Amino acid sequence: MPTSVATQRATPAALAATGLTKRYGERVALREVGFAAAPGELVAVIGPNGAGKTTLLSILAGIQRPDAGEITRAPRELGWVPQQPAVYSKLSVAENLRLFARLEKVADVEAVVARMLEQTGLADRAGDELGTLSGGNRQRVNIAIGLLAEPPVLLLDEPSASLDPRQRARLWTFIGDQAAHGTAVIFSTHDVQEAERYADRVLVLADGELLFVGTAAELAAAVQPRGGDAAGPRDFETAFVQFLRERGH
Amino acid sequence: MRWLLLKDLTILRRSPLLVALLVIYPIVIALLIGFALSRGPGKPTIAIVNEIPRQARSFDVAGSRLNADEYLPELLKSVNVVRADSRAEARRLVREGKVLGAVILPADITQRLATGRQQPTIDVLYNGEDAVKQRYVDSILRARMADANVALSRRFQEATAGYLRLLLDGGRLSVLGRDLNILGLRNAHVITTGAIAALPPRSPLRTSLGQVAQFGQIAIENLGRSREVLRSVGQPVRVRQTIVGGRRTPLDTFAAAISVTVSLMFLTLLLAAGLLALEREEHAFSRLVRGLVTRLGLLAEKISLAALCAFAVTLVMLLALGGFFIELDWGRFPQWLLALAAGAVAFAALGVAIGGLAREVRAASLLAFLLSLPITFLALVPSGAVSAGLYDVVRTVSALFPFRATLQALDAALNGVGGLAAPLAHLAALAVAYTALARLAVGRRFG
Repeated sequence: MPTSVATQRATPAALAATGLTKRYGERVALREVGFAAAPGELVAVIGPNGAGKTTLLSILAGIQRPDAGEITRAPRELGWVPQQPAVYSKLSVAENLRLFARLEKVADVEAVVARMLEQTGLADRAGDELGTLSGGNRQRVNIAIGLLAEPPVLLLDEPSASLDPRQRARLWTFIGDQAAHGTAVIFSTHDVQEAERYADRVLVLADGELLFVGTAAELAAAVQPRGGDAAGPRDFETAFVQFLRERGH
Repeated sequence: MRWLLLKDLTILRRSPLLVALLVIYPIVIALLIGFALSRGPGKPTIAIVNEIPRQARSFDVAGSRLNADEYLPELLKSVNVVRADSRAEARRLVREGKVLGAVILPADITQRLATGRQQPTIDVLYNGEDAVKQRYVDSILRARMADANVALSRRFQEATAGYLRLLLDGGRLSVLGRDLNILGLRNAHVITTGAIAALPPRSPLRTSLGQVAQFGQIAIENLGRSREVLRSVGQPVRVRQTIVGGRRTPLDTFAAAISVTVSLMFLTLLLAAGLLALEREEHAFSRLVRGLVTRLGLLAEKISLAALCAFAVTLVMLLALGGFFIELDWGRFPQWLLALAAGAVAFAALGVAIGGLAREVRAASLLAFLLSLPITFLALVPSGAVSAGLYDVVRTVSALFPFRATLQALDAALNGVGGLAAPLAHLAALAVAYTALARLAVGRRFG
């Protein structure tokens, strides 16, 4: 277990995973990964391509089964937001929300749909087909569907990919609001600066191995100072790249 | 499952072009196949040039008066006739494609027939633009010529039999306007035997006259069979048809069964494959199977919807066929429903297997379409068209797909021939097998 994992918070976990391992034939996609997320906490999963970020999230979401390891919550208890908007482009915003609310067996479907339309700021476009919406708005509906059952934990696989900066900012405001209401948010991202900006903690994965769990500042501090820069790298991205290099990735 | 069904129906309702294509295309294909199977080009149109002078249309054959006009209807049976005034006009009509062929009756045809020794020749013109059409016209005209020849031959036989009867029994024969009295072999035999009896017992003429009488007797006996001999020469082989096994199904209703089966196949396969692949293309599959619906439940929903839509469309198609085009036994309506439902479910199961294997709607549709044609043709290969070993392979491969079993079920339901239970059981087994295959295809990595 990496030493940085010991820095995990002591607050009661909304979700905890231990020893998650996944193999595809000879290749090990995840190797004994364990972490915990507290209620209201934003946890970013970062790492280079093929690190195992999507595998980890899809195992947490129940889409794939781990070969070993345990998760404290059943997949049904978690909200899942896949990378590509998993919505029907021929249905309207409200129809998409209504369909998934019914499938989730939500008690008051119409009330939940109205709440989500309000939270996403799409009430005025409730009757528009998804296919006519911008990528950012589609992604907001995608996330709203993940939140329909008011899950204690929300899993997002690269939620801001393919969004422009303005859409991205609005999206993070929306996600931040959810976290502020106590939802633990675990998201994967390629954008390490986004992780630094929005995540309370980051999980660094490389080649299926969990290398680090802690805050962005802790990760930057863990990197050895170089040359004339006695305080270490100036930005988080440089620190992250150096961190990976120092650990042979 | 109810909400997913409603969702899919809403999506279909909002894709009118797709639905129209899904419904119209299979029906058009099916109708074309049905027409191609049930009939050729209908009554072909043939031009006739009759060069026989009016006064020469009656002619004598062995003392009997025949009229060429009596034989033209035989020649022109089952063709539409266009009268052409000349060979040039006939040639033009053929070249311009206004007629499939032209028949030219030469002026000397009746003279040659009247001689009984010279064989007349009829000219036939074809348009060589289409080998299939040429072969069709050729076979039609040959068949009609054969019929006309048989009719003429019958008249020649009758005339020849008349001569032989005269030779046997005697009578009057008109030659060049003069009536001749023919004694006949029987009368000659009576006279000869009478003459022998009148001779003295030791007369040397008895032996030679006895030989004449014996020859006469043999001739009488053999000529007495001349009618049967002539009949067998005119038509050496008589055909008696007996259908052993197989189906005694009218071609029209069999063509209807094929048409409906083709429609059912296209519609169900494309719909089921497309609906399942759409879940993947919209990235909704992984979200759905996280506990909102089981994989098997999702497959069952797609199978139900595709089968239901195809069932409704093909039932309407069958009702229209039975109501307006062909005679169907309406008393067998419940069997129609069974056959259609079983076929629809089996095809839908195959469709979701295809949809499970393909990654996107376009790929699923293309795969379903590409698979449909060989399935159809394999099921329609008749025994005897290929070697016995190859036919066994064809039959085995065909049995792995629902087309042949659906066609058998529908044929049994429409025509009441062959049992319905066996094809229904076959379709049920295929539905289970393809659903299992689809379940494997939408395994844990699907989505």
